[in-house]
Amino acid sequence: MPADMLAQGIQTGRLSAEQYDANFADLHAPLDDHEALVAADRCYFCHDAPCMTACPTDIDIPLFIRQIATGTSDAAAKTILTQNILGGMCARVCPTETLCEEVCVREVAEGKPVLIGQLQRYATDGLMAKGVHPFVRAETTDKRVAVVGAGPAGLACAHRLAMLGHDVTLYDARAKAGGLNEYGIAAYKSTDEFAAKEVDWLLQIGGIVVNQGVALGSNVSLAQLQSDFDAVFLGMGLGGVNGLGLDGDDKDGITDAVDFIAELRQANELGAMPIGRDVVVIGGGMTAVDAAVQAKLLGALNVTLVYRRSRARMNASVYEQDLAASKGVRIITNASPNAVHGNGPVREVEFEYTDDDLKPTGQTVRLMADQVFRAIGQTLQGEGLPDLEGRKIKVSDTGATSVKGIWAGGDCAFGGDDLTVTAVAEGRDAAIDINANLMGGVT
Amino acid sequence: MVDLTTTFIGITSPNPFWLASAPPTDKEYNVRRAFEAGWGGVVWKTLGSEGPPVVNVNGPRYGAIYGADRRLLGLNNIELITDRDLFTNLEEIKRVKADYPDRAIIVSLMVPCEEEAWKAILPLVEDTGADGIELNFGCPHGMSERGMGAAVGQVPEYIEMVTRWCKRYYSKPVIVKLTPNITDVRKPAAAARAGGADAVSLINTINSITSVNLDSMSPEPSIDGKGTHGGYCGPAVKPIAMSMVSEIARAEATAGMPISGIGGVTTWRDAAEFMALGCGNVQVCTAAMTYGFKIVQEMISGLSQWMDEKGYENTTDFVGMAVPNTTDWQYLNLNYIAKAKIDQDLCISCGRCFAACEDTSHQAIAMSEDRVFSVIDAECVACNLCVNVCPVENCITMEQMPVGAVDPRTDRVVDKDYANWTTHPNNPSATAAE
Ligand SMILES: Cc1cc2nc3c(=O)[nH]c(=O)nc-3n(C[C@H](O)[C@H](O)[C@H](O)COP(=O)(O)OP(=O)(O)OC[C@H]3O[C@@H](n4cnc5c(N)ncnc54)[C@H](O)[C@@H]3O)c2cc1C
Ligand SMILES: Cc1cc2nc3c(=O)[nH]c(=O)nc-3n(C[C@H](O)[C@H](O)[C@H](O)COP(=O)(O)O)c2cc1C
Ligand code: SF4
Ligand code: SF4
Ligand code: SF4
Repeated sequence: MPADMLAQGIQTGRLSAEQYDANFADLHAPLDDHEALVAADRCYFCHDAPCMTACPTDIDIPLFIRQIATGTSDAAAKTILTQNILGGMCARVCPTETLCEEVCVREVAEGKPVLIGQLQRYATDGLMAKGVHPFVRAETTDKRVAVVGAGPAGLACAHRLAMLGHDVTLYDARAKAGGLNEYGIAAYKSTDEFAAKEVDWLLQIGGIVVNQGVALGSNVSLAQLQSDFDAVFLGMGLGGVNGLGLDGDDKDGITDAVDFIAELRQANELGAMPIGRDVVVIGGGMTAVDAAVQAKLLGALNVTLVYRRSRARMNASVYEQDLAASKGVRIITNASPNAVHGNGPVREVEFEYTDDDLKPTGQTVRLMADQVFRAIGQTLQGEGLPDLEGRKIKVSDTGATSVKGIWAGGDCAFGGDDLTVTAVAEGRDAAIDINANLMGGVT
Repeated sequence: MVDLTTTFIGITSPNPFWLASAPPTDKEYNVRRAFEAGWGGVVWKTLGSEGPPVVNVNGPRYGAIYGADRRLLGLNNIELITDRDLFTNLEEIKRVKADYPDRAIIVSLMVPCEEEAWKAILPLVEDTGADGIELNFGCPHGMSERGMGAAVGQVPEYIEMVTRWCKRYYSKPVIVKLTPNITDVRKPAAAARAGGADAVSLINTINSITSVNLDSMSPEPSIDGKGTHGGYCGPAVKPIAMSMVSEIARAEATAGMPISGIGGVTTWRDAAEFMALGCGNVQVCTAAMTYGFKIVQEMISGLSQWMDEKGYENTTDFVGMAVPNTTDWQYLNLNYIAKAKIDQDLCISCGRCFAACEDTSHQAIAMSEDRVFSVIDAECVACNLCVNVCPVENCITMEQMPVGAVDPRTDRVVDKDYANWTTHPNNPSATAAE
């Protein structure tokens, strides 16, 4: 163990350069040609395939796998991208174990699914490496659409609209496009600047003007967009985060997991990323797991993920939980934070054990912590938005909001899982509906 | 305890697995190692007449087709007979036979279709002490253009004539190797018998082009941008070979004639199937070329285990057992009625049976909302396609309907009596049932 792992407090450079590189390498090495053929060959080309039904973007999985098997992986890529323009990112980040691969008949029968995600990556990477953009923009319609948020939902919506011939203006508050693909996804899922490359590749369709650093609400108003454009799509994700609601929640050393991850994703040098020796992550979803795993990979000595309900209730899939465990993250469940200790920066967090209905048991445990990450959910931010349902924007099946001319999709819209692939599907479907509306039913 | 010792046309070998005449048997070095690995016999790579040997191409001579994970399913070749000197080969054969008296060594021959040519070579072969000869009337490329190989094998009269010469100038058993590149394989087999052959062996390779290079637009294997048809062999040809074997085993003119089965034998099971169809032994080429000599160990152990399980003590106990059950279509029992049945516990709901049956004129499989697949007996014609496409073994089975039951497809009662097409009312030339 490098001595630097033992140093107390939040420190940089806990590991050697080689260790950082190894820790943050691709989670799954890409399939080579032969591996892809072998993997593709396992697909049964099911009738009305269950995997396809499970894919939120309805990719024709048996078809694209057969295209790979017959040596035409560019055609496979086109099959994928026709349904899901971010098929490359989805191939890396989709929790396939709870989507297509979960219902693959070979998973059901043998516990070994066809490697749909990895095959998808094989096909899309191959095409993108050639710099080929397989779609052409239809003749311009002179219709103008504003898309707010350049995350998966906004990008998918913008691409489909541009393809259909509309002129799209994208507004995004951050410095870079991509949304959580750029700032949120775990570093080992999207290596080698893939998110940025994918955005560049996607924009090759043409007809999309990108305005980074422009925030709805501060730099431009919804009313303005409504008057300047024929339609507006809202895909701004969830900008706010939930607090712990405890005294001392703001002590030094306590931050939001999403901010930690965004900083990590943007770090030029991982050795300059400070990390605690004893890290505690509070939450049970994908964000919590990603924060915990990456804290460990940065060289934290002890990382504990604490979730208030049981394992079965965790939003992170079993696969994600196992991944965390394999990296050395300790998972404690049925424990809810009830106090933060420390004169000055945080020193310990106290949890009380709870039953599945969150009923306190009276028993507590204190965990050493020089760094704490909150990962207990994100929230929608913004005022003057269309009607909400729960805490998100209320939408129809095709993303129409309560306000005529405004559509929404992705994490900011109600319904669906908060997943990249769902955001893509919703952005795409909204674009199709916007097009139908703008063109008077002529699509 | 099983004894695999096999005596085929008087030639005894410790097991029925011989290496076919091909590159694995082209020289002493190979054959010695083949015997060490356990092969029961070899048919030496075909020898030609005295004089400068033939020349092979100096580029690729094999093409292939593959199954999953590059499993070699079919191989084709444009190789000729041995390109080594006749006397070198003869000396080697003599040495090896002397060292391995218990193994079979057959010398394959292909010389011009002239009596003098055979008269010249046969005494030389006799002198090696080899156990017999095999006449290569099968090679489909290169040699047939020179009036040998398949060019002779396609003319029954030539076969009979050459066989006769061989029986005249050679004292030991003569096997005639048949080409499959012919419409009716029974004709050359009958000719071989008429000429006095002790046995036939089949099949040699099938005329084939395995692939076309879509960049250079040349068939593969490509030699300087041009390709030619080659001889096809390997697992893919086994069904064709077995059908031809069965034809010869059944035909009146050739019934009972010893057969050495060749064509796609890759495992002990393939060998057992050929033998059940009437082959006294089998010959192997592609499998040895693909996996090496060691595969014979699996063939020996596999055949032994199966024979043990079945209670066969000697290979002769089961040779030919499937012949009486091989018949013509017109004699199949039309009163035998079966229905497909899906085992719901095994079914993995892939829907392949549905797609197959739905798009293949029967529409006899129902699919429910929740992906339960079941057979509609009133539509099922028992064609077996669903069984063939289902990825799960034994998930779909063909269940015979009991006598007296009503077939919901035809509303007819299942008859206990055998009745075939020859007596069927729809057959214009039906003969009245006796
Ligand atoms: C840490 C973390 C890890 C995750 N890991 C996975 C994973 O592995 N797999 C998976 O499928 N999903 C994962 N998700 C979920 C996934 O990232 C989201 O579901 C998806 O990104 C939602 O897409 P979106 O386009 O709706 O929103 P976002 O990706 O959040 O994009 C919203 C965009 O809108 C911009 N924006 C916000 N407010 C404004 C404004 N007022 N004006 C202008 N622009 C604005 C933002 O800058 C951003 O670019 C993860 C999420 C997190 C937080
Ligand atoms: C079940 C079945 C029935 C067939 N019936 C006929 C037929 O009636 N007439 C015909 O000319 N070919 C028939 N064929 C041959 C096919 O038309 C085709 O020539 C052959 O299957 C080779 O093509 P393929 O293997 O590439 O599909 C039949 C094939 C199958 C599998
Ligand atoms: S369920 Fe599995 S086997 Fe069937 S089509 Fe999908 S990937 Fe292929
Ligand atoms: S046996 Fe043939 S007809 Fe019957 S269900 Fe199967 S595929 Fe259909
Ligand atoms: S092909 Fe076999 S496994 Fe697939 S649905 Fe039909 S019966 Fe079930």
